Parts: sequence; C-alpha cells; structure tokens
Amino acid sequence: MSRKFGAVAVAGAVTLGLSVFGLTGCGGASGSGGNGELAGQTIEVTGPWSGDEQKAFQKVLAVFEKQTGAKVNYTAAGDEEPTVLQSKVQGGAPPNIAILAQPGAIAQFAREGVLKPVTADVEQQVDAHMAKAWKNFGTVDGKLYGVYFKAANKSIVWYNDRLLTQAGYQPPATWDDFVKTVNSLSDTGVAPLAVAGADGWTLTDWFENVYLQTAGGEAYDKLAKHQIPWTDPSVKHALQVLQQVFQPKLVADGNAGALQTDFSSSVTKVFSDAPKAAMVFEADFVGQVIASNTKAKVGDDARFFPFPAIGKPAGKPSGSVVTGGDAAVAFKDDKATMALMKFLASPEAGVEWARSGGFLSPNKDMPLDSYTDDLTRAIAKQMLGADDIRFDMSDQAPAEFGATKGAGEWKDLQDFLGNPADVDGTAQRLEADAAKAYHT
Amino acid sequence: MSTLLTSDQGPAAGAAGGTARTGRPKGRTGTRGSLRVAALYLLPAVALIAIYLAYPVVYSIGRSLFDRSGATFVGLHNYAELFTDPRTQVALRNNVIWVLVAPALVTGLGLIFAVLTEKIRWATAFRLVLFMPMAISLFASGIIFRLVYQEDPSLGLANAAAVTVHDAFLEPSKYPGARARDARALVADHGNLTTTANYGRGDVVRLPLVGLSPQKLPRQAAPAQDLRPDPRDLRGVVWLDVAAGGGPPGTLGGGKRGMPGVTVQALRDGHVTATTTTGDDGSFAFPDLSPGTYTIRLPASNFAQPFRGLTWLGPALVTPVIISAWVWITTGFAMTFIGAGLSAIPRDALEAARVDGATEWQVFRRVTVPLLSPVLLVVFVTLVINVLKVFELVFVIAPGSAQADANVLALQLWQVAFGAGGGDQAMGSALAVVLFLLVVPAMLFNIRRFRRERR
Repeated sequence: MSRKFGAVAVAGAVTLGLSVFGLTGCGGASGSGGNGELAGQTIEVTGPWSGDEQKAFQKVLAVFEKQTGAKVNYTAAGDEEPTVLQSKVQGGAPPNIAILAQPGAIAQFAREGVLKPVTADVEQQVDAHMAKAWKNFGTVDGKLYGVYFKAANKSIVWYNDRLLTQAGYQPPATWDDFVKTVNSLSDTGVAPLAVAGADGWTLTDWFENVYLQTAGGEAYDKLAKHQIPWTDPSVKHALQVLQQVFQPKLVADGNAGALQTDFSSSVTKVFSDAPKAAMVFEADFVGQVIASNTKAKVGDDARFFPFPAIGKPAGKPSGSVVTGGDAAVAFKDDKATMALMKFLASPEAGVEWARSGGFLSPNKDMPLDSYTDDLTRAIAKQMLGADDIRFDMSDQAPAEFGATKGAGEWKDLQDFLGNPADVDGTAQRLEADAAKAYHT
Repeated sequence: MSTLLTSDQGPAAGAAGGTARTGRPKGRTGTRGSLRVAALYLLPAVALIAIYLAYPVVYSIGRSLFDRSGATFVGLHNYAELFTDPRTQVALRNNVIWVLVAPALVTGLGLIFAVLTEKIRWATAFRLVLFMPMAISLFASGIIFRLVYQEDPSLGLANAAAVTVHDAFLEPSKYPGARARDARALVADHGNLTTTANYGRGDVVRLPLVGLSPQKLPRQAAPAQDLRPDPRDLRGVVWLDVAAGGGPPGTLGGGKRGMPGVTVQALRDGHVTATTTTGDDGSFAFPDLSPGTYTIRLPASNFAQPFRGLTWLGPALVTPVIISAWVWITTGFAMTFIGAGLSAIPRDALEAARVDGATEWQVFRRVTVPLLSPVLLVVFVTLVINVLKVFELVFVIAPGSAQADANVLALQLWQVAFGAGGGDQAMGSALAVVLFLLVVPAMLFNIRRFRRERR
C-alpha cells in the first residue's frame, strides 16, 4: 500500500479515537529454524505496514524463511519511515532491507551512497518478471536500487451499481461519455461525484490521470522533474479538462463541501446505505475502505471502471495508468540480503499476500488466480496491460511540493477545487510553489 | 523540537537544584569539602539539564545557522527565509490571535467558575466535571471537536443543532437544488429563475426544470400536460424534466410530472405585477393581466438549498473553533488554580466589606479580584506559554484543506522539520528557536514571580 493509504489508515484509527503513533516494533515471522543454505542468518527488514498488512507481509517472509532457513525480522516504521531510516543510518545501524513508498526517499538515500545497488541476478529476476516501467521506477542514476513488490492502481473510478447501471447508465469509457453521464445524473437529482477535497493527494491523482492522457507520458515525466513549468499550456489544458467535472452541480455537497470531505468520507458518501453520490475516483485500495466502512459488497454493489480515455480513438481503452507502489531497497549487499531481494522480485513472493487480499503485484508472472476475487483480478489486468504506465507524480516531487498538508500542490489544487474558474492563477501558484521546492 | 517546547520545565528543575543546595549537611570539613559535596549533589540535576535542555537548545540554535544538509554555514539566511514564507506568516498571525484571545478568555471563565462554585452546594462535583476535560488527552479532545464541528448535519453536532433551530423558524424550500433545463431560456440570478423571452396574454410558457430526483416530488404531483393557449390569460406549466425512460429533454409526456406548489411571478419592467402558484400538474395561469409583455420568474424561495449550517472547519472559522476546543479543555485548570487562590483569601476581608454594605458585585470587583490578582497573573502567563506551543488540537481538528489557514508555529515547525519525506531540519530548528524566543519572556516573568514569592 502506498504511503497515502497508510495515512488513511491512521485517519481511520483516529476517528475511532485510537492514536497509533510511534513505532510498532515486532518480532519476526514464524520461527522456522530451517536448515536451508542461509540457516543461521538474520535479515532485518523495515517497512511502512502495520496491522493486517504487516501480518500479510510476514506470511510472505515466512515463505522465504522456509525456503532458505534464514530468519527475517520485520519492523513497522509507519508513515514517517524515511525519517526513521535517516536516523538509523546516522546511528550506523540501518536495516538490511527497507520497503519504501517514496521514490524521492529512494533517490535521496541512493545519492547519499547508503543504498547498495542490487546484484546482477536480482536484476535478471526483475527483467524477467516486471515491465520495464517498474524497473525504471526503481532505478537511480542508471543503477537499479528499488525492487517493486506491491503496487497501487490509481486510475480507477468506483461506482455505486444501484445509482449508475441500475438507473440505466453505462459505465463511461471515454471522457466525453463521462462528462455526459455525470451531467445527466445531476439532472436527475443524483450527485454524480464524491471528491475528497480535504485530502490534497486525491486531487493530485485526479490531475495526474488527466495530464498523463492529455499531455502524454513524455510531458508527464518532464513535469514530474520540473523540466517544464506548471504554467505550461499542457498543464492549463489539463486543468480545463478537470474543470468540466469540478462543478458544484456535479460534486456531492458542492465544491466547498468537497473541501470538507476526507478520503474515507468520500468513499462512504458513495457506498453507505443512504448514498449521496454515485461515483468516487481513486485507487484499488478504495475496495478495502468499502469493505471495512460500509455494508456494500465489493464486486456487487461496488464496482469500478478504468479512468475514462481522453482523446483516444473510439473503442480503444486509455491504456494509461497512474500507479504507486512500495519498493524494497537494500542497505547491505551480503548474500542473505540479496537472496531476499531476489525472492521479493519473484512471481511467487506476492502469492501469499494476494490470497489475504488488499494486494496488487507489479509482477507480470504472478498467476492472476492468486487473487481471490474477479474485481481485483480485473484491476491487476488493467494495470499490467497498460502501455503507458507512470508513477504517481506528486510522490516523485519533493515532499514540500507533493506531499505536505496545506502547502504546495495539495493546497493549490484544493484552491482550484474551491474556484475551478481560476485556471491561470492555479497554474501560476503551482509553478511558484514548485520552483521553491525544486530549488530552480 | 520537544525539548525546546518543554523547556518551561526549567523552573521546576531549578527548584530541584535548590533543594539539593539547602540540604547541605552541617559541620563538614571546611569550605572546600562542602563545595565538593555541593557539587556532588548538584551533579545529577546539572547533568540532566545539560543533556536534556542545554545541549538540544544549543544544538538547535547551531543547526538553524546551517543549510538543509547541515554542511554549509548560511548565517541568518534560514531566519530571513522563514519570515518571508507566507505559511509562517499565517502561523505567526494565528499565534498572535491565540495569545490575545485564549488565555484571557480562559482566565476570565476560570475566575467566574471558581467564584461561583465556591458558593454552591455540590461544589466539588461541579468542579470535578469542569476539570474532567483536562483528564482527556489533547488528541482525543481534538477528535471529539472534529466530530462536533463536521459540516454534514447528519454527522456534526453543531450543525445538526443549527439546522434544527433554523428549520423550526424558516421552512425549507419545496424543491431544493432544482434548476433550469436550458440555462439560456431561463436565467438564474441570485437563485431566481427568469425567462429571457417576453410573454403576453394568449401565450403558453413551458418551463422544464431538472436537478431533482422524481422521487422527491410530492405525492399529489400529476403528469404534466401541454396547455392550449387561451387569449384571455397568460398560462404555463412547470414540470420536472426527468423521468425513467422519458422522452427527449425539454418535452412533455413520457410520465414526466408537474411540480405542484411552485410560486410563479409575472414581471413587468422588473416589478412583480402578479403572483400565482402551480397546481398538481404544474400548470399555472395569470387570468387578470393587463395587456402588455411580461417576463416570468420563479423566485429563489422555491429552490433554495436546505440550510446546512456553517462550515465550521473552513478557512474562516477554523481558528475560533479550535480555540473554543482549547477553552473547553483548559477552563477547568484555570478554575482549579484560581479556586485554590480563592480559598487562601482572608475571609474577614470579604466579611468586612459585606458588613460595610458592599453588594456582592462590589465585593467581587473591589476585594476578591484585587486580592486574587497575583494568582490570576500566574495562571494567565502559564496559559500564554501553553498557547504558544499549541499543536495537537490544530493538527487533529483542521481538515487538510484548512490546515494552512489554521496553522500555528509549532505545527509549521513539525511539518517543515519532520513532514513527509524527510523534511528540512535547518528550517525546523530556526522555527524552534523563534518559538523558544517567543516563550522566553513569559517564562522569565514566571520565574521572577516564583523567586519573589519565595523571598
């Protein structure tokens, strides 16, 4: 799960009145005093996952322990993992492997020289089982450091089946259909879209999905590196496209109400017993929120369609997917560490987690029937079959621009949602904030 | 950060050192020996202060003079950047608002409650209840208030109450959110829908509306029918242009139903000349119009969105709301302190005033408050220190979209130094130093008071 979902999980816990801050240290997976080739070796792994996700990941590690006889200790570091790792590195005791959701943090650690590039056989494993894009995401300055293990598909629109198909609408395939559908839904008095404007990251995902299609992958990569300014006409055009649906009559409770709606509320607005909106855009992990916060059944009451294709020939799917993901990086290059890296890149690594649910593998050779339901399989297929796949742009940006509450891109897009007419002003504010954060 | 923030523990630690000093045993061998013993006694306190207070403070000050990576000395550059950053400026402004409003309010309320609870029966129970919020963690209190001030009236207590009261006096509109099918033929202005075309006697005005679920029509709503023109009147029909499988937009038939009870006005030169209401099938007529041309208007009262309360957690109100939460938490603290001071006031002073014929208000105003003023000052100053460091409440209560508007220095510090993806610890240190400097005057004031009292 991406860091963003981690944040959501924390927010969820907060509403229950539980504070889950601090580190949740935890011992290793099942004690498997094996006699494999790595018997007696101990591997320390740090990751962002806690709770159910931690349990699922430990099942994955247990498979490795059984195969090799090594012992793996997993420590959950939560949302502040980069800070935790930084202090561990400074203290001279980094873990063998860390699972990181922030490409920016991977690049930073790699350039500081504290990460070890993976060995040739790990790289071969990655080449054999993953699309080139995923390898690129883990590559810094020409060397492969990050092995992606868990992915998020962020090009998904979830809908309430009763309000959409049972009311006589087809899930729209193209943007034009999408705009038409939301408008006629609005005419019938149903709010078409729930937008989680209180959480800036959902708005960056909206923008990224539109921009990847309207401007293309090349421009997307340039904008992610701030090689083109945010005042570029391509950015303004994407904002104008977004403006077509960021309209008070199309957004549940209006744009101002959306700014008070956090991510999990935006999901319950669509799937609660008295739904207030028909559709909500976000990633595959919306499914878990539906399952835990509402009575709606995923795959039945709650379904999805891929983010609509913009400006593509009719009948052709968009083929563009915005993803996020968690990568394993190595701080040491001993045999056991690299063996675990290689295992995480293998098709069988994700199987255990896929069976537990809440998991999407970037590995194209992991059997699709490892997923327990058709919906997750379809989401995985959409992602693996995409020919234009890009990593979440705001996650690639410096955190003060792409990942800070009340600042940078999050704040600027929230202001845009509040006043969608102001395309030029939004572009200017984005550029001013980006210039500051990228130090250009 | 936390070491700096808690540095008002200073006086307490200093007092501990003082105890060690006064505990000097008598008649030991000479001055040098007693000095050594004194040093021995002092050592733990000094070491703790050095490790947990002095070192972090000095380190933070030093760190704030270097760049982000800590490699290059940049002098006061971080401070210059800090004070030109609009986010810090907002945080500073909010801190000023907090300091001006919150401590005075809490001290005042604490005084009132302390005086009142002294006079009633069950005073202890009452005080216990008021003190209770202090026992709840700030984090949990923040969650409580976030729920109370949710915008959605079905979730937020404050808006649920506001809506109930509002709707008790003003009836909600019949068709909230309905709008024109064709925004060019029927122009919206301040919620009123007015036709662009002019009509006169013998015309039929067809007004299709959308934006409402057919299920929301009242039960008596009948299928809308097209009307025949009649030269004697101006007539028309208002219908909901939405129906399952209904015909093309803007046409009648197909099970589309009229909208009963819509107020319709006929306007001439911008003045209302006649008003009527639609029937069950959405039809209306103006029989007694004088000849001439009119525009037809459906006034906003038909379509006004239901009152949903206030956006408590929006940019405008979020800081007052968070201050109110803080007041709720801290009033008990102020009341307890002031109550303790109150019980130490010589009763005979109050009695003497009463015997001299002073009213209760005069006793309060001229005797109680002046006698209490040292306590009030200490409480006030302590609260000022507390307020400058406020963090959790802002962090929890303000939704992401309003956090920039609710920002305070401590939160800004945390975001800058430890926010997602590593953060800028140089800038964070600079902010910590600024916050420290803001707290110092209040701290010094309190320390001096403590000293004076001890003498």
